[in-house]
Amino acid sequence: MTISAPHPAPAPPPGPAGEPAAELRDVHIGFRSGRHVTPVVRGISLALRRGRVLALVGESGSGKSLTSLALIGLLPPGAELTAGSVRLGGEDTGGFSARRWREARGGRVAMVFQDPMAALNPGFPVGWQIAEPFRRRLGLGRREARERAVALMREVGIADAPARFGDHPHEFSGGMRQRAVIAMALALEPAVLLADEPTTALDVTVQAQILDLLAQRQREDDLATLLVSHDLGVVARLAQDIAVMYAGRIVEQGPLDAVYTRPAHPYTLGLLEAMPEAADPGEGNSGGRLKPIPGVPPDPRRPPGGCAFHPRCPFATDLCRAEDPPLIEIGGGRATACHHSDQVLTEESA
Amino acid sequence: MTVTEPGAAPEDTGTVLKVSGLEAGYERPGRHGFGRTRVPVVAGIDLAVRAGRTLGVVGESGCGKSTLARAIVGLRPPFAGTIEFAGADLAAAPPRRRRRLSRDLQMVFQDPYTSLNPRMTVAAVIAEGWSVHPGIVPRDRRDAEVARLLELVGLRADHGGRRLHELSGGQCQRVAIARALALRPRLIVCDEAVSALDVSVRAQILNLLADLQAELDVAYLFISHDLDVVRHISHDVAVMYLGTVVEYGTAADVFGDPQHPYTRALLSAAPSVHDRPESAAGGIVLTGEVPSPAAPPSGCRFRTRCYMATDACAADVPALEPRDGLPQSVACHFADSAGSTAPPP
Amino acid sequence: MSTIAPAPPVPAPATASGGTGRRRLPAIAWVGLAVLALFVLAALAGPLLRPYDPVATDLPHRLLAPGARLGDGSVAWLGTDQVGRDMLATLLAGSRVSLVVALATVVIGGAVGLVAGLAAGYFGGWTDTVLSRIGDVQLAFPSILLAILIAGVLGPSITNIVITLAVTRWVIFARVVRASALATRELEFVDSARVLGAGHLRILFRHVLPNCWQPLLVATTVQIGLTMVAEASLSFLGLGIPPDAASWGATVSAGRDYLGSAWWISTMPALALAAVVTAVGVVGDAFRDLADPRAQL
Repeated sequence: MTISAPHPAPAPPPGPAGEPAAELRDVHIGFRSGRHVTPVVRGISLALRRGRVLALVGESGSGKSLTSLALIGLLPPGAELTAGSVRLGGEDTGGFSARRWREARGGRVAMVFQDPMAALNPGFPVGWQIAEPFRRRLGLGRREARERAVALMREVGIADAPARFGDHPHEFSGGMRQRAVIAMALALEPAVLLADEPTTALDVTVQAQILDLLAQRQREDDLATLLVSHDLGVVARLAQDIAVMYAGRIVEQGPLDAVYTRPAHPYTLGLLEAMPEAADPGEGNSGGRLKPIPGVPPDPRRPPGGCAFHPRCPFATDLCRAEDPPLIEIGGGRATACHHSDQVLTEESA
Repeated sequence: MTVTEPGAAPEDTGTVLKVSGLEAGYERPGRHGFGRTRVPVVAGIDLAVRAGRTLGVVGESGCGKSTLARAIVGLRPPFAGTIEFAGADLAAAPPRRRRRLSRDLQMVFQDPYTSLNPRMTVAAVIAEGWSVHPGIVPRDRRDAEVARLLELVGLRADHGGRRLHELSGGQCQRVAIARALALRPRLIVCDEAVSALDVSVRAQILNLLADLQAELDVAYLFISHDLDVVRHISHDVAVMYLGTVVEYGTAADVFGDPQHPYTRALLSAAPSVHDRPESAAGGIVLTGEVPSPAAPPSGCRFRTRCYMATDACAADVPALEPRDGLPQSVACHFADSAGSTAPPP
Repeated sequence: MSTIAPAPPVPAPATASGGTGRRRLPAIAWVGLAVLALFVLAALAGPLLRPYDPVATDLPHRLLAPGARLGDGSVAWLGTDQVGRDMLATLLAGSRVSLVVALATVVIGGAVGLVAGLAAGYFGGWTDTVLSRIGDVQLAFPSILLAILIAGVLGPSITNIVITLAVTRWVIFARVVRASALATRELEFVDSARVLGAGHLRILFRHVLPNCWQPLLVATTVQIGLTMVAEASLSFLGLGIPPDAASWGATVSAGRDYLGSAWWISTMPALALAAVVTAVGVVGDAFRDLADPRAQL
């Protein structure tokens, strides 16, 4: 089904005023091994506001998934929040008991994972799994929960919802499964939606459908969404704001359009230029060469001194090798962590 | 159906691989448990790879592109059709001869961590082919040759003594490429060879593949779901859908002026850094998902998801042929040079 | 699906190679190793120190309690049996039989099982069907009955008991190896070797076999213990070793009639057997965990 129904222009984004729906304040996450802690996320601050999509972009190992898991209190075993605070609707979750977290999950913050097959229990009908929060959390009766679930399945574009209510996950296609997972996430009308690579496991044409669905739900439910992805193209479809992560830190942050058009950090610039799209502006093989970022991301156990990106950076100077640049405002709602952002900005416009 | 070699340019050096009427797939127990039923995941494909050039094969999961790759390198015996390579039909060659021919036909897999034996050193991984095919490199020259190959793919000679888990994903994929090159093949099948890599590293490997082609004149059959990557690396392109090729031509023709509704939809759905939330609507969003290869639709296989479909599409299978003066071959009844397959506004 | 998810966040340092410190054997495994070392030492050197003479009888010193002093001034630390033989000498001689039988059985059964399992798992098809069915039939038949049958036909001897036990055990090894070979055959690096043009032998020995050793080793440690018990059981029934050799099982059997008056005759070999079998299990588990940390979770 085509979800691209005509819609009114998006409402003007609410200003930075007001309490964010979810917020990370200087969050540090590390992997503990005995007494030693390997820092993986090193001081991240983010704010998610209703009606906005923030893209968190980075390559594997950048810490973007851990960051999103911290927002829902689901850090994997071994990983721990070593500093900073996670706030939901203005409330610090630092003192949350396991029970408080369970109540918050689903009701206030929900998550859509990459692999819909892993997010669904293969042993139970899909509809039953969507209806479960209505029964367990809202205490609805069997019939009423079923009605709510069927309505929700319709909303996420599962055709013939009443008939498919009793189908098991393996009877659903990949795209339909991800729709079901989205329905489960939205069941209790959370304010915050975390989507960790929601379309990475899907085909291009199905990915387009799911992105449309997410955009539609985002608009209609006025969600505060965090979209975690490694794909610069996917996030461009959905997000108004972007934060680029490298080696556990945000290196650049701001409105997506401005960041993509004039990146202020060499890593963002490198990522955009490494895309085949950048090398072949026309059609077909222009014979052009790609511009990869040389080298590989640092090992979190042996971080380079100074700026973590300096060994791969064409702008690196002695200053970069000595001093880790802080994330500073550069105007236009943007911030970057680079000593040479002025140079990077002119590089792109040149 | 004749095999068309798209855009046969004057400098054309001939064809290294020619696939005709290829059918391949899997077998499953037949009805009532008797016999076995063949499910053709690849249902009749004609393709040609030009020497020293790259044929990109693009399509979504279930289109049969991986089955095609595995049939060509001999990992999955085809049900029907011929695979002409180096003057022999690989599909009909006896195992011993097939193994000898495999020297010239190598493959790079998607995930280097699973496709290379983790118990072996990098040098052993690269040199394994020389033990299988004696006579390529004499025993006393092997260390030097491993070092040369490592440098060729952008690694250092001292990487030879390491094990794979000590290397990054990109470095491992370089090892996989060196292993394939060690046999000095004329064709390398790359099955999603860069899909597991991060953007920045992916660009390194794509550049390496291009450099190696320029230097060694090796041809690639480059299989990927990523349109941008295929567009970048390919000279010719085949777009696959549910076991058949729906559009086939030079990369410039297919990507520049796509004619099959599926190719149009695929290109329109591909994410781009130029997309924005406000401008997202308006692209072609296909409904539904790919049907099962065990029960393909009658006639045109794409008709169940096509915005152009008519009754004729259910009745007749459209042939993959150049239509109405189009430079590429298109398997659609409506394709013509006037662009009749353009999506409805 | 063709897209690979970006790798999981960052490998936890504990699982990374060359991580912090090597994994160490737990203390209990060292205890087990010590017991096993003592056992092997006893089997090798024991009979030299305390010769065992099956036909010697010393009726005046029969049924002496552990620690009793003999006529020649020596001390029978573990007592004497119903015909006055020193229990310690009997146990030492029995340990040799136990060790020989266990090792020979596991080596022979393991070798047969390895070959059969590799062939069945790697080639599949008819080979697999035939070998697996033979194995199934044999497992369905109670192994103790089979052993009684074979021992009955061939007569009691150490060679025969090894044959008997190997025949009943190879299926276990074959199953373990078959499962690993089957799993390895599907791995992509086997495909990669095939694309290279490698033949079956090379793929079997270079790529499949190395992945079968570890499960085979685990099966072996389990089977060594079970084989000792089986040998003792057969000997207890009189179907095992001939009467002129000592076996823990036979000794337990012989002591049955004296349980009321001389408990040590049956108890000492039973304790020895329990200690060794437990030690084998503990050490086997420890090595398994060392090789595969996931098994601990």
